[in-house]
Amino acid sequence: MLARTANGLFWMFRYLERAENTARLLDAGMRMALTRDLVTAEEEWRSVIHAAGQGAAYRAKHGTYTGIQVWNHILRDRDNPGSVLAMMRQVRTNARGVRNAISGELWAVVNESWMALDDKLSRPIGQGSVGEVVGMIRRAGTLAHGAMVNSMLRDAGYNFARAGTFVERADNTARILDMKYYLLLPSLSYVGSSLDSGQWDQVLRSVAGDRAYRWLNAGQTDPRGIVEFLVMDQRFPRSLSHSHHQLGANLAALERIHDAELPSGALIRASCDSLVDLSIEKVFEDGLHQYIQGFLGRNQAIANAIVQDYRFMG
Amino acid sequence: MNGATDPFDEMRDPAGAVRPAYAGYSTWYDEQDPNWLRRKNAEAEGVFRRTGITFNVYGEDAAEERLIPFDMIPRIVSAAEWRRLSKGIEQRVRALNAFIHDLYHRQEIIRSGRVPERLFRDNAAWLPDMVGFTPPGGVYTHVVGIDLVRTGPNDFFVLEDNARTPSGVSYMLENRETMMAMFPELFTRVQVEAVSDYPMRLARSLAACAPAMTSGKPVVAVLTPGIYNSAYYEHAFLADQMGAELVEGIDLRLVDGRIAMRTTGGYQPIDVLYRRVDDEYLDPLTFNPESVLGVPGIMDVYRAGGITIANAPGTGIADDKAVYSFMPEIVEFYTGEKPLLPNVETFRCVDPDSLKYVLDNLAELVVKEVHGSGGYGMLVGPAASRRELAEFRRKLAARPENYIAQPTLALSTCPVFARKGLAPRHVDLRPYVLVSPDRIDITPGGLTRVALKKGSLVVNSSQGGGTKDTWVLKD
Repeated sequence: MLARTANGLFWMFRYLERAENTARLLDAGMRMALTRDLVTAEEEWRSVIHAAGQGAAYRAKHGTYTGIQVWNHILRDRDNPGSVLAMMRQVRTNARGVRNAISGELWAVVNESWMALDDKLSRPIGQGSVGEVVGMIRRAGTLAHGAMVNSMLRDAGYNFARAGTFVERADNTARILDMKYYLLLPSLSYVGSSLDSGQWDQVLRSVAGDRAYRWLNAGQTDPRGIVEFLVMDQRFPRSLSHSHHQLGANLAALERIHDAELPSGALIRASCDSLVDLSIEKVFEDGLHQYIQGFLGRNQAIANAIVQDYRFMG
Repeated sequence: MNGATDPFDEMRDPAGAVRPAYAGYSTWYDEQDPNWLRRKNAEAEGVFRRTGITFNVYGEDAAEERLIPFDMIPRIVSAAEWRRLSKGIEQRVRALNAFIHDLYHRQEIIRSGRVPERLFRDNAAWLPDMVGFTPPGGVYTHVVGIDLVRTGPNDFFVLEDNARTPSGVSYMLENRETMMAMFPELFTRVQVEAVSDYPMRLARSLAACAPAMTSGKPVVAVLTPGIYNSAYYEHAFLADQMGAELVEGIDLRLVDGRIAMRTTGGYQPIDVLYRRVDDEYLDPLTFNPESVLGVPGIMDVYRAGGITIANAPGTGIADDKAVYSFMPEIVEFYTGEKPLLPNVETFRCVDPDSLKYVLDNLAELVVKEVHGSGGYGMLVGPAASRRELAEFRRKLAARPENYIAQPTLALSTCPVFARKGLAPRHVDLRPYVLVSPDRIDITPGGLTRVALKKGSLVVNSSQGGGTKDTWVLKD
């Protein structure tokens, strides 16, 4: 397929995934803030901004971390190129660019979601409607994935789209995990405190893993179990392991289609092997942050290799 | 033809009786609940908006996307009328193709004195690079749109020949899809010729024009300037429907003497390029060096038989409005027959007598820029203000060779669905014609454009016109 089209599909789904994860993060922040006082929950909102990777852009504009400022910045601020609105515009622009490579159903749900969000986000979002907007964004992701799975030809384009989804999901889940470990606790003495376990619960919520985790772990909320779940549990669709195994399957399919073994394939195979061999004891021994940083680097290297291997940029 | 009489109503005769072609539709329409029809009408816009059937408008908010208004009352042409039109269109397209070939080769029509030399010498669309070169299969105008207007029961006129890159065919197809989705039972009541196989016919017709170097099944691609182009929707739509790749200049380069597209598995040669990029942007090495829309070196590959470009570069020489005025002579010269479809009477302002007549009767005439398109740079005399008339008087005096003038036609009307029921509005018709070495293929139907403002004669989408589904009835 045309390399520019492959690139467009890859990024269409990366942006879609990023927008959806940002919305989930916001949702978790909301719940966290609600357990305190909505307006003064500074720390909670600060962590949301950091986890979304928007610290610098936010600080350039605001001095305080209030809910209404944070969610309007993240969702719709015109000066914020990383806003959900800007990401959804990227989703739609990429979809327009690859229109003849996606099904009519997929185009229609992306276009409709965009129109609805563009309209909704044309006005400031108050406390009463932030939940609704977050729901709209999550639904946009769900609809797009559903339309794709149900209607798209299983050719190279499908695999590039899925590759974009899982590269981005792996990155996002890893960052959310990292933020908890590094940023949220005021000091080491808080480890194991109620603040600590409440925050771990929010980590689970922000990747929509709270119910699945409780189901599998009978209500035990401990950091080790949660990290194991989010890093290594292949059954959970947002875990690092699931994301990389899916990515591996899509890259393997692309290698078959192109009849070539490529560096991106070698990198993802190595990553999957290392995830299978991983023990959670080892992760905590070496440090979760160190592990996550290493994982993020490997994930980025795979993304770069895809761009090279499939000639996205010329 | 000066608008003094009532325009021809396509649906009803002067006594108010429904014409035969509309009989079946009219009966169906009268049986429908007006409120239901009103709801359906509102629904149609939603369908278009959701599916993103849009065109971009330049200069506003970095290419804002707009809908072309859709009117749900079909324009209906009888089988007999269509047969007659088809013959005339085919004759005209044959002549256009022969004319372009002749201009770039022996120029017999000029030597015979039937058309003046200045016609190509002063023409910006003239491409010296095409002189002496014959495109694969001898085809210049692979896709043609002939704009027709009607003034009476048997009076169809050609208003314009679009021989370079006629657009709008996606609307022809989407209008029909929308009508069939909204009123499925209607199509069991009235038997209408299908248009939906146009993309297949286009793919087949283009493939039949593959160049000498093709090996195996010809690879066809559509070349678009990109997502900000006004007709991007159509480019993507046609590529999708044909099962062809949609490429931009940045995807293409010269590889081993062929034009190839960058795929995820390497460079793959293209045999037929259906380009929707103007000549001057096609090859920065030959034409505009600033352009990034085209492909460096494509003209060399073309001349060496490595690729077919549709429509052929230099084809625009034939759809210039100055050439238009000579079409009756051109048709006769190459076919040996009288034109079956007449031109609208046209005054060439370059001719001093005509210029005098035009200046004396400016308020009654439509004046068009010879190289203009899309309804820009034109004066509609009866609708013009004193100031506009004065301005055009100055323009005409300064550069008469730049203008032609035509009487204001009493364009036929078709009913549109208005708030208070059916209301007549002026229409034109653009049928689409495909040309391959062995056949000329005319899709039964076309794009009917309709002026949505009462009394307006301007049907261009860029000027606020709308479109309708066009039905050619089966016998």
